[in-house]
Amino acid sequence: MSQFLQQVVNGLSLGSIYALVALGYTMVYGIIKLINFAHGDIYMIGAYTAFFVTTYLGMSFIPALLVCMIVCGILGVGIERIAYKPLRKAPRITALITAIGVSYVIEYTMQFFMGTSVKTYPKMLPDISWQIGAVKISYIQMVIFTVTIVLMVLLTFIIHKTKIGRAMRAVSADENGAKLMGISVDNTISITFLIGSALAGAAGMLVGLYYNSASPLMGMVPGLKAFVAAVFGGIGSIPGALVGGLFIGVAETMVVAYGSSLYRDAIVYIILIIVLIVKPAGLFGKNEREKV
Amino acid sequence: MSLLEVKDLHVHYGVIEALKGVSIKVEPGQIVTLIGANGAGKTSLMHAISGIVKKTEGEIIFKDKSIFKSNAAHIVADGLVQVPEGRHVFPGLSVYENLMMGAYLRKDKKNLQDDLNKIYERFPILEKRKNQDASTLSGGEQQMLAMGRALMARPTLLLLDEPSMGLAPILVKEIFSIISDIQKGGTTILLVEQNARMALSIADYAYVLETGKVVLEGPAKELANSTEVQEAYLGGSAKK
Repeated sequence: MSQFLQQVVNGLSLGSIYALVALGYTMVYGIIKLINFAHGDIYMIGAYTAFFVTTYLGMSFIPALLVCMIVCGILGVGIERIAYKPLRKAPRITALITAIGVSYVIEYTMQFFMGTSVKTYPKMLPDISWQIGAVKISYIQMVIFTVTIVLMVLLTFIIHKTKIGRAMRAVSADENGAKLMGISVDNTISITFLIGSALAGAAGMLVGLYYNSASPLMGMVPGLKAFVAAVFGGIGSIPGALVGGLFIGVAETMVVAYGSSLYRDAIVYIILIIVLIVKPAGLFGKNEREKV
Repeated sequence: MSLLEVKDLHVHYGVIEALKGVSIKVEPGQIVTLIGANGAGKTSLMHAISGIVKKTEGEIIFKDKSIFKSNAAHIVADGLVQVPEGRHVFPGLSVYENLMMGAYLRKDKKNLQDDLNKIYERFPILEKRKNQDASTLSGGEQQMLAMGRALMARPTLLLLDEPSMGLAPILVKEIFSIISDIQKGGTTILLVEQNARMALSIADYAYVLETGKVVLEGPAKELANSTEVQEAYLGGSAKK
C-alpha cells in the first residue's frame, strides 16, 4: 500500500509536467485547430535555457524559471508568425506537416550546436524530502507541484477573468464573430502561443531538474505523451489537459512499478487507442454541434 | 452628407464575382434595407463593408473617411458594427461575457455598466440568463444577444444581416419593433432581409440586389408598391 501511494506521488509529479505541456497543445488546437508538433521541442528549449542560465549565469530557481518561460514564449510566437501564420488559410494537413518540419528544424539545430551529449545541471535545490505518512516527497517534487498549481491557477484566471482570456475564448469559439467585435485574431493567436509555449518552457526546466539532464531529442517522446494526454482529456479542453496529463503520468509510473518498464511508452498509446475507440472526443471534449 | 457611401464595389471569391459594382448610400438616422434572393450578394456586401472579405475595387466612405482598406477592428472602432447572419454568438461564453465582447474596443470603462443596464432593459431575457452559456439560448434569444452585443460597441451605424432568419412569426415582429426602437434611439441601420415585406415596412430607403448588382432602389414605401418588387419579393401581384 505504501509503495502504491509512493508511486501515485511519483506519477503525479511526472503527470504535472505532461499536463503543463498538454495545455499548450490543447490551447493552440482550441484556437487554430493545429496540432503543434513542435511543442515538445519548445519544452526541450526550456530545459536548455534553464541549463544555460543556471550554469553560466548562476541564476537561482525562480529567475531561471521566468527566463525559461519568456524565452520559450517568444520562441513560440516566432514559430507561429514565421511558419504557421502564412498557412492559416491553407488546408489543415499543410500546417500539420509544417509543424513536423519545424520540430525537426529545432531538434537538429540544437543537435548541431549542442552535440548529442546530455547536459547536466548544477545543484540548485536542496536534498530535503518530507515524510508524510508512508509517502516520501522530495524537494523537486514539491517544487513541481507548487509551480504547476501556481501556473494552473494563473492560467485559469487569465482565461476566465481577463479581457484577453475572453478574447481567446471568443476567437476559439467563432473567429469571424470575434473579428466583427473588433478583436484582432492575429494578436489573440500570438498570445495563445505565448502562454502555451511559456508553460512548456516551465515544464522543460522542471523536467530538466527532475532528471538532471537535457538533450536535443528529449522533447520527442514527452511531447507525444502530452499530446496523448490532451487527446485523452478532450483536445481543446483546458481541464481535460490537466486531468489527462496527470492520468498519463500516473499510469506510466504504475506500469513501471508493477509491470515492466519496457511497457512505459506502450501503455500511453494503449490508453490513446482505448480513448479513441470508447470516447473519441476525449474525457471533457465536446462533440461539435451547431445551432442555427 | 451620407453616413455611409459604397461606390462601385467589386468583390471576388476566386474567379466568381460576388459583387459587380454595387453603389449604395445610407443617410444618418435612416433604416436602409437591402433585399434580394439567396446568392444576390447581400451578405458579401455586408462582409465587405465590415472588412472581413477582400474587396477587389471600388470605394467605401464612412463618416467622410475611406474605410476601403481598413481592417475589421478599425471599422468597429469607428462605430460601424455588424450583427452577422446566423447570430455568431460565442458558445462557451456566458451571456454577460458575450455582451462584454461587444465592448472589446471601448476605452470608456465608466459607461459600460450604464450601457449594460440599458441592454438589459431592452432585452430583459438577457439579464435573466446573464450567467448562462450563450449556446443554451433559443434562436430568438441568441438574436437578441447578438444585437445587444453589437449595441455594447455604441455603433453609429448598425449592420443587421438577416435578423429574422429562422424565427417564429411572433418573434419576427418583436425583432422588427426592436429594430425600430434602436433607430429611434439615434442609431442608423443597414438591414439585410429575406423577409422583404417586414423590411420594407420599417425602412426609409431600399435597394434590391440581384446577382451582385443593384437593380432597383427608392424610398421603401414606393418599392413596396412597385409591381416588380411585389411580384418578385412579396409573393403576389399589386393590389392597388
